[in-house]
Amino acid sequence: MNDSAALMDIRNITLKFGGVTALEDVSFDIQEGEVRAIIGPNGAGKSSMLNVISGFYHPQEGGIWFRGERRPAMPSHRIARQGVARTFQNIALFSRMTTLDNIMTGRVTLMRPNLLTHMLWWGRAEREESEHREKVERIIDFLEIQTIRKTPVGRLPYGLQKRVELGRALAAEPALLLLDEPMAGMNVEEKEDMCRFILDVKEEFGTTIALIEHDMGVVMDVSDRVVVMDYGRKIGDGTPDEVRNNQDVIDAYLGVQH
Amino acid sequence: MSQQLLYAIEVSLNGLMAGVLYALVALGFVLIYKASGVFNYAQGVMALFAALTLVGFQNGQIPFAHLINEIFGTQVHHFGWHLPAFLSVLLALAMMVLLAVIVEKLVLKHLINQEPVILFMATIGLAYFLEGFGDLMWGSAIKKIEIGLPYGPSDSIDQFTYDLFGYGFFIDRLDIVAALVAALLVCFLTVFSQYSKIGRALRAVADDHQAALSVGISLRFIWVVVWSVAGFVALVAGVMWGAKSGVQFSLSLIALKALPVLMLGGFTSIPGAIVGGLIIGVGEKLFDFLLGPLVGGATENWFAYVLALVFLVFRPQGLFGERIIERV
Ligand SMILES: Nc1ncnc2c1ncn2[C@@H]1O[C@H](COP(=O)(O)OP(=O)(O)O)[C@@H](O)[C@H]1O
Ligand SMILES: [Mg+2]
Repeated sequence: MNDSAALMDIRNITLKFGGVTALEDVSFDIQEGEVRAIIGPNGAGKSSMLNVISGFYHPQEGGIWFRGERRPAMPSHRIARQGVARTFQNIALFSRMTTLDNIMTGRVTLMRPNLLTHMLWWGRAEREESEHREKVERIIDFLEIQTIRKTPVGRLPYGLQKRVELGRALAAEPALLLLDEPMAGMNVEEKEDMCRFILDVKEEFGTTIALIEHDMGVVMDVSDRVVVMDYGRKIGDGTPDEVRNNQDVIDAYLGVQH
Repeated sequence: MSQQLLYAIEVSLNGLMAGVLYALVALGFVLIYKASGVFNYAQGVMALFAALTLVGFQNGQIPFAHLINEIFGTQVHHFGWHLPAFLSVLLALAMMVLLAVIVEKLVLKHLINQEPVILFMATIGLAYFLEGFGDLMWGSAIKKIEIGLPYGPSDSIDQFTYDLFGYGFFIDRLDIVAALVAALLVCFLTVFSQYSKIGRALRAVADDHQAALSVGISLRFIWVVVWSVAGFVALVAGVMWGAKSGVQFSLSLIALKALPVLMLGGFTSIPGAIVGGLIIGVGEKLFDFLLGPLVGGATENWFAYVLALVFLVFRPQGLFGERIIERV
């Protein structure tokens, strides 16, 4: 792989929780514009990896290079502002807000008007608000969730919540989008929709995506390259076809049916 | 109009004015509750501390004078200046912002992702600390606030109602000012929490810490902002109550009045705090006026709580509070 083109380079990450080693010396890169899947059995350390990338966990060893520069240790909200958006395995939405407000909040760091400008130049603030609103409406159309625009998301079924969460991450116009099991717990139809959205995001917005997924069929369909993890270590890395034919991977992962 | 009815109207009007002051205190609670799901036990003490600081700065009191004199055997008490009211309000405000920064650094920062009850305990600790600290810094003598607020009954209202009904209402001018200030404050807070970028971030933090972080919101910054605004509200409440009854320890007990207001109006609603305050203010005064003599008076001490409890039975989330929906 050509290192200089990597949007993100993850090098030798080791992460421990007390006695548990969640990640051990894991390295891989994420190229600009690709869909990078991370697969592996439960407890393999996939979510931990995503949490390290988004700054929710801080590794004991190793480093992350973003756009060619080593990223210093920083709090997760600052990493988000650098253009890394994410969804969570257990869905973290603003459950008391509507779909529209949730997705609007995804743009909060792109919004300029603060309290003072709001009071002094009401007109300008309104105009900015409506510009953001337009972009958010485009995302709502894109994800086909017009009918639930005004519904508090706490009341939505699981599958739709996952979709809103994707919308909120997209609203930030991220350089790197991290999706932790975006299709978990969905029925076949919902999964197909989600697959389509992920591919469309890549096509239409050119967003680089790293996603965790269990369903091998899905992984083969959507991803350009795959990292395979087991017991906190990387045991495979390559195109879906390469990974599928790798004996280690077959032993460790494909034997475990989900 | 019958004399009895006129009395009742006058009592209600005074109740409304008292209610505005209750609402002011309750507002401070609502702000912090909205942003962190915590009942800030220290809000009342913050009002006391803010008022003490205002008076202290204005009169050029040397902070910790007692302590300094004990240690160094000196006899210092005053800088010898008298600051204009406006400047001392600004300084007191700066002090409340500083307090917010310190609270965030020393307490909140270490309690991210903890249960609300732990945060609640922390605010109890903060209340006792701040009470002692205020004492040490500014002394425990009762102080008067003199920043040019009007006192005494409003003559024009007296005259106007006399001409109208043949009975002049007694309305304190201080109460009228308090009502106006509260109205302004509410407008400010509504704009603040509904329309500004910070308001949006504030609601996000209140809802889900992780999600807020993931969209780039700094929890710590939001907490400093929220506690600063709560400090500002405490300053306003402290000044208004202090102007009425002197700046003294009992000021911190107004927090106890805010609790029934919140139960009535809902812990998360700014309009709820206002309406709840007004209902309690009027209800309390009217009840005492109508039924006080029958039950031996002093109903103001307990009426608010009984009203709030009765209310809880029928509408646990309060008038304007959000319904709690549990996912199953
Ligand atoms: N916050 C945490 N505290 C302690 N242990 C954790 C934490 N997060 C993950 N782990 C541990 O790290 C290992 C990897 O977990 P995780 O990354 O969630 O796996 P996966 O997402 O692949 O199922 C597990 O053993 C898990 O118990
Ligand atoms: Mg996981």
